[in-house]
Amino acid sequence: MADTTPTEAFGLPLLPGAPDPGDPSAPGSEEGLQDDVRRVIVARLSGADRAFRALLRSGGIAVFVITGMIGLFLVIRAWSAYRKAGWSFFSTGTWLVGENHFGIASILPNGILIALIALVIAVPCAIVTALFISEYAPALIERKLIAVIDLMAAIPSIVYALWGVFFFQPRALGFARWLADHVGPVFPPFRIVGHEMVIVFSSSPFVAGLVVSLMVIPIIASLCREVFSQAPQGEREAAYALGASRWAMIRAVVLPYGRGGTIGAVMLGFGRAMGETIAVSLIISPVWTFNWHVLQTGGMSIPALIALRYTESTPQMLSALMAAGLVLFAFTLAVNSAAGVIITRTRSGAQTAD
Amino acid sequence: MAKSSITEPSVETTLQLPPVAAEPEAGAEAGAEPEQRIRRRAVSLDGVCALLGSAAAALGLTWVVYERILPTTGALGFWLTVFLVFLAFYAGVTALVWGRRAVADRMAGALMFAVGMLIVFVVADQIAYTGYEGHSALGHLTFFTQDSLNATGLTHLDQGGILNALVGSLEQMGIATAIAVPLGILAALFLVEIGGPMARPVRSLVEAMTSLPEIIAGLFIFALFILTFGLRQSGFAAALALTIMMIPFVARSSEVMLRLVPGTLREASYALGASQWRTVLGVVLPTARSGLTTAVVLGMARAIGETAPVLLTSGYTDYVNANPFSGWQTSLPLYIYETVREPADVQRVRAFGAAVVLITLVLVLFAIARLLGGRRPGELSRRQRRRADRERLAYRRTILGLPSYAGRSAADHHSGRRAADPEGGDQ
Repeated sequence: MADTTPTEAFGLPLLPGAPDPGDPSAPGSEEGLQDDVRRVIVARLSGADRAFRALLRSGGIAVFVITGMIGLFLVIRAWSAYRKAGWSFFSTGTWLVGENHFGIASILPNGILIALIALVIAVPCAIVTALFISEYAPALIERKLIAVIDLMAAIPSIVYALWGVFFFQPRALGFARWLADHVGPVFPPFRIVGHEMVIVFSSSPFVAGLVVSLMVIPIIASLCREVFSQAPQGEREAAYALGASRWAMIRAVVLPYGRGGTIGAVMLGFGRAMGETIAVSLIISPVWTFNWHVLQTGGMSIPALIALRYTESTPQMLSALMAAGLVLFAFTLAVNSAAGVIITRTRSGAQTAD
Repeated sequence: MAKSSITEPSVETTLQLPPVAAEPEAGAEAGAEPEQRIRRRAVSLDGVCALLGSAAAALGLTWVVYERILPTTGALGFWLTVFLVFLAFYAGVTALVWGRRAVADRMAGALMFAVGMLIVFVVADQIAYTGYEGHSALGHLTFFTQDSLNATGLTHLDQGGILNALVGSLEQMGIATAIAVPLGILAALFLVEIGGPMARPVRSLVEAMTSLPEIIAGLFIFALFILTFGLRQSGFAAALALTIMMIPFVARSSEVMLRLVPGTLREASYALGASQWRTVLGVVLPTARSGLTTAVVLGMARAIGETAPVLLTSGYTDYVNANPFSGWQTSLPLYIYETVREPADVQRVRAFGAAVVLITLVLVLFAIARLLGGRRPGELSRRQRRRADRERLAYRRTILGLPSYAGRSAADHHSGRRAADPEGGDQ
């Protein structure tokens, strides 16, 4: 201990439970040790600071209050519809409010179906894009591509809807027909029930899901890119030093590191796909049964229902729409919160969160 | 160049390796010689040739087979086939020289590049298609100076316009920004500066609210304002619905930016005796200013394009209504949504014209965000960097009295940082 630096000499005895390094009976050190208590440094807050911290806290609480108020007011407004319909609200497929015969039994599954189709297309595209941006693209292209992804997220959904209805749908009909002809016999969801005409293939969950997938891609891609780019440099270099190619390094280091973040991003994308309103309501043609033949016309989702029916102004109908909206709110909030928990629990998420 | 265990063909060295047996001697000798620098290159001649050759072969073969021999047509199918044939050729050519793992590496690279380009293509196609469909409406000046009262399915394009929607959109975005930005930044400051056990649920909730369904925001304001308070639909109600959408977005992206402010700056401020609010206002916020501006402007771009919250809360009118607090007010997305559902062709053109205006607004906001900011806290702009270098140089000259040495080191420092930060140039 001859060459201890001054900080060590000072630091050690100050630790509360630390064993005494020197001889306890040595003069001088004993009384110093007995008197030393761990000091807790407290900075007294001034009045201005206390007010400032209260202000910041109120900003945090405001988020809670807003979310709570959304839930509260939807419950208040939906209450009469729930009371009227009872449990049949969850088991009825049609939406005939006047005859007291309405429920979400077909609407919710139809909406989930569209969201799932969107995810099936969006997830591989988004993950591959994120990998390309974070691992393969040269720095100059990388920055441009990030801007493109940001832009894709900022393009208004109504523009996606226009593009989907007028540009994409006419061009997708041929592909949908080809799928129904060649894959349908093997894969039942691609079958067409009834007569095969071109009109049968338009306004289908498939087309709606494809357009929605374009809106989900930027969300998943940008979240995944953030996670992938945080994969530790040391582990990447270790993989390279062991002779890995770039793809092998990605499989060994980047993908396992980003797994939690990716799962969370996919769930957030699912929430977003469930809530997409305008594109779905412009593309889909409403049906009141669960249509799992995804290439065939007809589908529905809760946001599209609200957007198409909100002009009906009787209080009872509005209450029924509020009830459907509440189900959607609870569903997406649960999915998104679970995504948040998953992100913060995993290694990549824990580093970004705190 | 045997088929070997070299698994990264894209990195080539120009180093001449001596024979293994003569290693110690050669190593000693090499020490005396000037060292040869190893050049790592991301592009190799072999790689470029394989890529171009496979592409040419795929294009040629597919053209002959697809267009001339098989009874297949269609642009989409053609390019899809070209890509698949290209992948096959590329894999084959790679397998001739390199091992299995190199094939997997190059396949992954080609696939990722293709998907990345596909995304860019889709975005470009959306903007271009909207512009193509809507350009004939934009040619008339009246499109921007008249309200949409005369813009019916029976009138020509030179009558009626979107002034009412433009006014409504800008006003609603302004009000939403004015409310959402302070609240969002407050929430972000709470997460970063105070933290504690409350921070984690707030952060999760902000994250969850970011992908809150748009229509729920509209439904909530409808339930609160119109059903409970008994007010009528108005531009202000729509702006409030947009605020609900904007707060989590601003809070989340500001938090990311505030988190990047170095802790040492805060500690320096505290050490000088500053209180917390002075530190936040005088150090933290100015340091993160560039990033915060970007977050706010991107939030505005998001808010101006939202349709669903506005759909339920603002009402629809053909007249120009500049007062957001009373009467119905149209915004651009709502105008597009209502107009495109009318059967007349001319209305479709108008809807696309309005969509072009909307996209242009979003792009302008986007460009502003890129110009104003996009830098991380502490990352200096070119001008600031040059000034800092100049000041440092002058300081060293006066203190040390070693002008030549100081000059060289500052120049080295400067060029080194430039090299390490290649994207700094395009800001």
